[in-house]
Amino acid sequence: MSKPVHVLRKLNLGSTLGMLILVVIWSAPTLGLLITSLRPSSLAETSPWWEALFNPLGTVWTLDAYEKSFNSGMLDSLINTFAVTIPATILPLMIAANAAYAFTFLDFKGKEFFFALLIALMVIPLQSSLIPVLRSMVWIQRNLGIQFTGTYVSAWIVHSAFAMPLAIYILRNYMMTLPRELIEAAKVDGASSYQIFWKLILPMSIPALASFAIFQFLWVWNDYLIAFVFVGEQKAVMTYRLLRLLGQYGQGWRDVAAGSFISLIVPLIVFFSLQRYFVRGLLAGSVKG
Amino acid sequence: MGDILFGLLAILIGVAASYGLYWLLNLLLSFLPERIRKKSDWLAFLTPAAVLVILILVAPLFQTIVWSFMDDRARNWVGFENYIDLFTDPRFLQILLNNFLWVLVVPALTVAFGTAAAALSNQVGPKLESIFKSLIFMPMSISFVAASTIWAYFYAYVPPGRPEVGLLNAVITSLGYSSQPWLTIDEWHINSFLLMAVVVWLQVGYSMVVISSAIKSVPEETIEAAQLDGANPWQIFFRIILPQVWGTVMSVFVTILILVMKIFDIVLAMTRGNFNTSVLAFEWYKQFFENSNIGPASAVITVLVILIAPLMWLQIQTARQQEMLR
Repeated sequence: MSKPVHVLRKLNLGSTLGMLILVVIWSAPTLGLLITSLRPSSLAETSPWWEALFNPLGTVWTLDAYEKSFNSGMLDSLINTFAVTIPATILPLMIAANAAYAFTFLDFKGKEFFFALLIALMVIPLQSSLIPVLRSMVWIQRNLGIQFTGTYVSAWIVHSAFAMPLAIYILRNYMMTLPRELIEAAKVDGASSYQIFWKLILPMSIPALASFAIFQFLWVWNDYLIAFVFVGEQKAVMTYRLLRLLGQYGQGWRDVAAGSFISLIVPLIVFFSLQRYFVRGLLAGSVKG
Repeated sequence: MGDILFGLLAILIGVAASYGLYWLLNLLLSFLPERIRKKSDWLAFLTPAAVLVILILVAPLFQTIVWSFMDDRARNWVGFENYIDLFTDPRFLQILLNNFLWVLVVPALTVAFGTAAAALSNQVGPKLESIFKSLIFMPMSISFVAASTIWAYFYAYVPPGRPEVGLLNAVITSLGYSSQPWLTIDEWHINSFLLMAVVVWLQVGYSMVVISSAIKSVPEETIEAAQLDGANPWQIFFRIILPQVWGTVMSVFVTILILVMKIFDIVLAMTRGNFNTSVLAFEWYKQFFENSNIGPASAVITVLVILIAPLMWLQIQTARQQEMLR
C-alpha cells in the first residue's frame, strides 16, 4: 500500500514520469534481444530492432531461430539444466532445514561459535574451494573408479555445499520466530526430535522453505561456473551452451538471442509466479526486523 | 526421450537420497541408550550439513592457501614466489585496480538507483507501483550469461557502412559522433565501466525491493509531523525517511559489495578478461583453466580471500543486529 502523503500528490506526476523513464531504460536491452530473436535472420543483421518495434506490421516475424535452437541441442540442455537444478534445490533445502533445526531448538557446545563461522563463510568466494574439490573428485575417479566429474551428482553436491551457509541462516531466522511452547508441549507428550522436526517444524517452515527454494532454484539455473567445472560438455546446461554460442561470432545475433530467451523462460515463469515468496526471502536475508 | 527419462530418474534419486539419509541417521541413533540419545540427537540433524561444509568449503579453502605457496603443478614448495610474481606484474596491478573500481562504483550506484526507484515507486499508486517494480526487478532472475548477451547486443559494434544494430552506437551516431567498438576501449577503463553497468542493471531491483519495504515501514506519524511543520517533499525524504532506512541501505550496500568483489561471470562472458577488463576472480579462472597453473591460480584467489575477509566481520555484525531486533 502506498503511503497517503497528500502533500506529495503534486509530485506524483513527476514520480510517475521518473519511474517511467527508469523502466524504459531497464527494459530496452531485453526488449531489443527479444525482438531480434523473433525476426528472420536476413533482417536481424541488416536492420536495427527498433525499426521492427516502431513498425510491427511492416516487418516479418518468425520463430525460425527458436526452432533452429531446439534442433541444435537446446532441448537437451533444457533437460540437463532441470536435472541439475531440481535436486540441487531440494537436497540443500532438506539438509539445511535439518541443520537449522539443530541450531534453533537443540543445545550443543559451541553452537553460537559455529553459527558465526557459518555466516562468515557466506563471504568467501566459491572459487577458493573449487580446484581442490575438482582434484579430489578426479583422484577418487582414478583410484576408486567412482565417476564424479561430468555427472549431475558432482554438481548437486557442490551446489548443496555452497548453499548451506545462506540456507541455514535464512531458515534459522525463520524458525526462531516459531512458538517454542508448541515444541515443549510436543516433547512433554513424548515426541522425539525426529518426529518434532518432520511433523511440526518442517510444515510450519514452509514459507521460509519456499523462499529459499526459489532463491536456490534461480541461482543454480543461472550458474555457469559450477556447471562448467563439474558437469561440462557431456551434459551441457543452458548457460554453458549459451556462452559457447556467444563465443562463436559467426552464429549471428539472432541465434544467440533465441538461445538466451529459451534459457530465460523458466526463471521468468518461476520469478513472476512466485515473486511474493522471492521478495520475502530477500527481506529475511537483509532487512532488519 | 532417453535423456528425459534419465533426467527424471536423476531427480528422483536426488530427492529420495536426501530423505533416506536422515531416516538412516535417526535409525542409527535409535540404537543408542536413551540417555545418550537425548543429548546427542543434534548430531543426526547437523552431521550431513557439517560434512558438506567441511569437505567442500572449509578444507578445500585451506588446501588452496597451501597450494598458493607451491608451483604450477602443486608439487614443490616455492615460498612467496607466486605472490612476488603477482605483485611485480603490472598486469596484475591493473587487475587489482579494476577490482577496486568495481567496488567503488557498483555498490554506490546500485544503492543510489535502488533508493531512488523505491522512493519514486512509493508515490505512483499501488497498481503502477507493482508493474514498475516487477519490470525493474525482473533482471534479478536473469543469469549473468544471458545478461551478457543482452548487453553485448546493446553495445554491439558493426563495421562502418552497415546499419547499426546496437542501441548505444545508434544513439552515438545520431548525435553526430562515430560509432565505437565499446568493449575494446580501455582508455579511462571505459569498457570496465560498461561491464559495471550490466551488474548495476541486474542488482538495482534487489536494492529497490529491500529499501522500498523499509520505506513502507517508516512510522507515518514522523512524516505527518514534518508535513505539519511545512517541510517540502525533498526535506521529508532526506531528513525524515532516509535517516530511518539508513541501516537497511547500508546492509544492501554491504551485500552488493561482497557480490561485486567476487564478480566473475560478466567479465568471462563479455570480454574474456581482454582489453584490460580482468578482475581477480576471472584471473583465477584464466590461470587454472587456460594455463593450468595451480600455484599461481591459488595465489590469485587467496589474495581475493584476504581482501574480502574483513567483510566477514561486517556480515556477522549485521546478522547479530538482526537477531537482537527479533
